[in-house]
Amino acid sequence: MTEEPEINTELAKSLGLLEEEYEKIIEYLGRIPTYTELGMYSVMWSEHCSYKNSILEIKKLPRSGGRLLVNAGEENAGLVDIGDNLAVAFKIESHNHPSAVEPYQGAATGVGGILRDIFTMGARPVAALNSLRFGELNKGDERTKYLFRNVVKGIGDYGNSFGVPTIAGEIYFEECYRDNPLVNAMAVGIVKQTEVARSVAKGKGNPVFIVGSSTGRDGIHGATFASEEISEESESKRPSVQVGDPFTEKLLLEATLELIKSGVVIGMQDMGAAGITCSTCEMSAKGNSGMEINLDLVPVRESNMSAYEIMLSESQERMLVVIEKGKEEIAKKIFEKWDLNCVQIGHITDDGRVKVYYKGKLEADVPAESLVLGGGAPVYVRDFREPSYIKTLREFDENSLQEPGNYNEVLLQLLSSPDIANKKWVYEQYDTQVRTNTVILPGGDASVIRLKGTNKALSVKTDCNASYVYLNPYKGGMIAVCEAARNVACTGAVPIAITNCLNFGNPYDPEIYWQFREALRGIGDACRILETPVTGGNVSFYNESPERAVYPTPVIGMLGLIENLSHITTSYFNNEGDSIAVIGNLSDKLTLGGSRYLKVIHNLLAGDAPDIDPYIEKKLIDCLLRLISSGKINSAHDVSDGGLAIALTESCIMNRRKQLGCKVELNINTRPDHHLFSEAQSRIIISYNPADEESIKETVRTYGLDFLLLGKTGGNKIIINETIDLNIEIASEAYYNAISHIMNNKV
Amino acid sequence: MSKAKFGVVVFPGSNCDHDAYYVLKNLLNQDVKFLWHKDSSVGDRNVIVLPGGFSYGDYLRCGAIARFSPLMKDILKFAEKGGIVIGICNGFQILCEAGLLPGALLRNQSLRFICKTVRLKIENKDSKFTNSFTKDLIDLPVAHGEGNYYCDEETLNELRDKNRIVFRYSENPNGSLDDIAGICNEKGNVLGMMPHPERAAESIIGGTDGKFIFQSIINSLN
Repeated sequence: MTEEPEINTELAKSLGLLEEEYEKIIEYLGRIPTYTELGMYSVMWSEHCSYKNSILEIKKLPRSGGRLLVNAGEENAGLVDIGDNLAVAFKIESHNHPSAVEPYQGAATGVGGILRDIFTMGARPVAALNSLRFGELNKGDERTKYLFRNVVKGIGDYGNSFGVPTIAGEIYFEECYRDNPLVNAMAVGIVKQTEVARSVAKGKGNPVFIVGSSTGRDGIHGATFASEEISEESESKRPSVQVGDPFTEKLLLEATLELIKSGVVIGMQDMGAAGITCSTCEMSAKGNSGMEINLDLVPVRESNMSAYEIMLSESQERMLVVIEKGKEEIAKKIFEKWDLNCVQIGHITDDGRVKVYYKGKLEADVPAESLVLGGGAPVYVRDFREPSYIKTLREFDENSLQEPGNYNEVLLQLLSSPDIANKKWVYEQYDTQVRTNTVILPGGDASVIRLKGTNKALSVKTDCNASYVYLNPYKGGMIAVCEAARNVACTGAVPIAITNCLNFGNPYDPEIYWQFREALRGIGDACRILETPVTGGNVSFYNESPERAVYPTPVIGMLGLIENLSHITTSYFNNEGDSIAVIGNLSDKLTLGGSRYLKVIHNLLAGDAPDIDPYIEKKLIDCLLRLISSGKINSAHDVSDGGLAIALTESCIMNRRKQLGCKVELNINTRPDHHLFSEAQSRIIISYNPADEESIKETVRTYGLDFLLLGKTGGNKIIINETIDLNIEIASEAYYNAISHIMNNKV
Repeated sequence: MSKAKFGVVVFPGSNCDHDAYYVLKNLLNQDVKFLWHKDSSVGDRNVIVLPGGFSYGDYLRCGAIARFSPLMKDILKFAEKGGIVIGICNGFQILCEAGLLPGALLRNQSLRFICKTVRLKIENKDSKFTNSFTKDLIDLPVAHGEGNYYCDEETLNELRDKNRIVFRYSENPNGSLDDIAGICNEKGNVLGMMPHPERAAESIIGGTDGKFIFQSIINSLN
């Protein structure tokens, strides 16, 4: 054990605390903190745990009501009522900085952490999703390929071994993420409403157990590392990255669910960021209780660990569990069966203090409330200012673009651009089918899992077009929610709730904070109108390298409920000779701002994000769901990245077993590129039996929406006016193989 | 003539155990029980399913630790007496490690995990595991990082000569020798296969070809 350093302001600063925060600690304690206490405050008051710079904005989001069974932030994950006495627990979280320095373990433990958040509540994880951002993939940058390859492998290896299907996600490649990739992991679980476990510690004298893996020195100060920018020194933070063991996690899952079913659990919380510190303080504060723990009893895997190290370790696959007194043996027996640790380390008290003993010494004695979010943790109002780039980029004149000569070429270039190209190189490394529930596999608008024993299914998707958010954070925030909702609706699901992962730069930069405020305002407005409350999530600031901040990237994880399995709808065309139409808002200007077309073909990020009206979006979703439940819709696909031309092509080639061409006539009155590639919002392509056309049109009209007949399915070509005439095999080759060609160095 | 009594073995790290159980119980109305790896006997079970997953985390080597579990000792005896054993994915790896089937499953040629539906050719339709198929080509999902079958030439010749190659890949996803996807032992009562029949037993999740493998087992007992 190394000697403890002298406690002073300098030390506090080196642990990431501000001078005023150090003074506040002294005020709370009425004395100078011990080294262990200082460490505890430094992690609990890090941005990652305290949300000190974001909570005031987050509170403006709609965070209760609807189907929500707990309010946002109350438990380890959000909990939503889906009927049949069932609830869905779901949440998304970032693991960006660990993944930047150690992509494999960083991504793997991101998955592990979010899975634990789900099963700590008693829910069995049934699906995993992710949202990833890297630097440009097709510019020959080996570091980007290395990060991409290993993040995907880390996600796959952990989820595959654990036995949860990884079924949906999104990936974009932009230069701004080169040094600070984003790795957001989401998990979805199912629990009987009567078997939900809470993260509360209460009942004086009840024993406190640590279960799962032993505690080592890995991940110490992980939460603090997550709360600073990526720099040259980040490489030295590699020891702050935890190491994952999906096998132990799988055992922990089974043991935990068995324990909850046995009825002896008062409360439990997983140990993620800030390890034992966070779980003891948060659980105590929530139950208005205290806790006395003895670190000599904690199973450790390294010798000579200090109290400081044990309290701050972020070793994975551990939980803190409060058991009903007298029922200890039941708990021990279950964990013995699964060959896991289950050791009593303390008990509940009623004085509101967390007391930590080690080697006969009182190492920490702190009021639990003083450390936690909503209690004594600091809350800051940050300055904000509209960045100057916003106005500059909006001055962009779309008519100044040179018109392409060959639109077939443009379509192929878009199809093979890594942002749009099919991600099978990624999702074929994920077990997408374990648990035998996956009805719609990755690749479409959203993925669908059925719920055995019911006639229901869940549709899930992660979404964020960060280019839009960069150009216009308010509209971009709204679009992220609307597009995710549209995606699940296209599969036949009612969008019911979201979780979000807010990835931004340094909040102390007023321009970054303006992006943050505006994006949240957009998310909040859209969620209120679409009636999809925010169940919780995660804020990740400091996503910056010395060169730049990432685009503001508030990722939305959308949950949709399919009430009847017969409503499940594909994004691809199913029948030869079906009519194709686009429904929704067709009166908006066909702008190109922030589009993939601008980026891929003209190498530009400029203009404004497309317009969006969430009220129209709501009508479109309601209308589509009504059409789907009437049984008249054979496919539905949302128009998004790459615009109408890409959406049509995807509907033609998405089903690799049965690809179908299409012949479409557009009334093109301006330049074709606007019609083909504009990403104007609130539009869905549907296909249907021509005999149903009048009744479909009538329904669309009653919702006050536009209907435009585009053409028919059939043949083996994608034909749009005289402008595009492309064989579906050629389109498929570009779309399906682009990423593997890059990763295998074939381009 | 006897009724099938299935036992699905649960190793720590098994994760397709519930999927196999579900197909047998809910879709085929069979008598099925889970067997715990620490049990010493298969009891009254007359068909043993070694499910997919990552038994013991696949640490050391896939299936290398599972073979030492107490229950596996009894399964060896059970198989020697002619009891029906089907090992799926990790189960196939365990059967090879345990010596019930020859050869080994190496890492996929791509060095990446692969999950997708593949086309298989049924090479032997007389086996206890394939007798109810009426077609030659079937579609089943694979999901593995180590499914690249390998054995020495002598063994391969024997597998070929004695009609012990039960399934071959139409498009080899993992570099498997001679496109081998599944083999049986000499007596024909032990099958190991990398593809997952339990994942293709309902049209809502993409196919029903897998159901016929379990149906064949049921038929062969009747």
